[in-house]
Amino acid sequence: MRANCWAGRNEVEVREVPDPAILSGRDAIVGITSTAICGSDLHLVDGYVPTMQDGDVMGHEFMGEVLEVGPDVDPTRLRVGDRVVVPFPIACGACAACAAQLYSCCENSNPNAGIAEKMFGHPVAGLFGYSHLTGGFAGGQAQYARVPFADVGPLRIESDLTDEQVLFLSDILPTGYMGAEMCDIRPSDVVAVWGAGPVGQFAMDSARVLGAAAVIAIDKEPYRLRMAEEAGHIPVNFEEVDVRSRLLELSGGRGPDKCIDAVGMEATHGSAHLHAFDRVKQAVRSETDRPHALRQAIMSCRSGGIVSVVGVYGGFVDKFPAGAWMNRSVTLRTGQCHVQRYMTPLLERIERGELDPTRVITHRLTLEEAPRGYDIFKNKQADCEKVVLRP
Amino acid sequence: MELTATTTVRRPVAEVYAFWRLLENLPSFMAHLDEVRTTDEKSSTWTASAPFDHTVVWEALITEDLVEERIAWRSTEQADVPNEGTVSFLPSPDGAGTEVHVHLVFDIEAGKLGRAVAKYFGEDPRQQLDDDLRRLKQVLETGEVVRSDGAPWGKRARKEFPQRPAQPLTVEERREVLGA
Repeated sequence: MRANCWAGRNEVEVREVPDPAILSGRDAIVGITSTAICGSDLHLVDGYVPTMQDGDVMGHEFMGEVLEVGPDVDPTRLRVGDRVVVPFPIACGACAACAAQLYSCCENSNPNAGIAEKMFGHPVAGLFGYSHLTGGFAGGQAQYARVPFADVGPLRIESDLTDEQVLFLSDILPTGYMGAEMCDIRPSDVVAVWGAGPVGQFAMDSARVLGAAAVIAIDKEPYRLRMAEEAGHIPVNFEEVDVRSRLLELSGGRGPDKCIDAVGMEATHGSAHLHAFDRVKQAVRSETDRPHALRQAIMSCRSGGIVSVVGVYGGFVDKFPAGAWMNRSVTLRTGQCHVQRYMTPLLERIERGELDPTRVITHRLTLEEAPRGYDIFKNKQADCEKVVLRP
Repeated sequence: MELTATTTVRRPVAEVYAFWRLLENLPSFMAHLDEVRTTDEKSSTWTASAPFDHTVVWEALITEDLVEERIAWRSTEQADVPNEGTVSFLPSPDGAGTEVHVHLVFDIEAGKLGRAVAKYFGEDPRQQLDDDLRRLKQVLETGEVVRSDGAPWGKRARKEFPQRPAQPLTVEERREVLGA
């Protein structure tokens, strides 16, 4: 089959690789009809997440048709012919983490748990197409994928919603939603979201759906801010205004009640000297992540507020504002999204028209055009917000 | 060499104890064990892989068997690598699972083979035991040892990194991995 592979730092390549086959009894093989490029794929390509290898199949947002199931797949949950959206964390459904609906912390799905444990203290779930640290599973930017524990994760789509309406249930819609949910939003809340990429846009929409009084979008790309504004959110361009002053203005001097970091480890804002400091430390690998958005979110949040982090971090950060966090009673919440927990309720919200995930799609390409998709997405060319690939 | 490791398995104590007590099950999750054959209620023959395609065989005796609580065993006099172990089973605090506490002692000073075995265990034998318990948990909770494309070897996973690329296996690789 054809698959988009990691080919070294800053390079992906569509190659011919073997077709996947059943390896374990609870596997399914899915013929992929739609897949997408995620912001976190850029962290892998940029080389900020360790343990990538030449030839790793990329991609963790995909959906398609079940072509084959292993002998131990529960037939009441999944059958050949089903149309499914596949969540990016692989979850066994049987461990304590899965029982607590902490699917991205599944204790059984990562065969490289030992590596993850060294890096993170405790292991994390296997994820599709997301380095060997998270299992070494081939991803979904391909024609076919093997889906382990297939009777736990995949969501069957039985209505006539299009691929584009439901594809993002695999990651970015639940991720944005979880970012907002962790904020315990109240009707009086002003919610500020750092990053107007696809996850940020969905965090904003979710904050609105959950009843926030006002939602603020912080970014530097005019087209992304325009997209947020068209969806009813308040744009703040951090290259044009002082973010802190503007946020105080928009929140009666209190600071936003809730702040969401939808940027993560490759943030580009913050002061020039701090950015240089982080770049140097990243270059010599003594700091892996550049946490500008997180720092600013903590400093901006009102006392007693919540900072919710759904942007991805991989390792260690410097200049963490522990004093602001501690002395002002700020609550920090985070997690890789427990996608399985949100798929059904969010599908219902899509069906009811409360959320429209298609609004972020700007580019539709073929699988063969994946390298170009990465390029324009990474460099924010052609007003690129979200790329969907059709194998 | 003394090793301890602990895990919590989300299955009842009776089931976890019974699984371990059937010693033939041990090779399904212990990487270095090829086979355990019980010869009577207390005695068993263990076969483990050793460096350079050698195998080590020894006899073991169950020295304590407290049902649903603790099993202890030790190798008999003739063993090349004298060893003993204890596994204890405790209900987890939430009542939903079983804490498995393992304590192993290998007398690796006893000879050349012992040192070779120690080397085979790698720089971090504790990690090997942790990985064994992770696989015990996988087998009991999900019924199988998890396989990815990068690490498709199931319980024979030895090599952490670099692995094979995270892309589907060829027909030949699949045959080798599944032993079919």
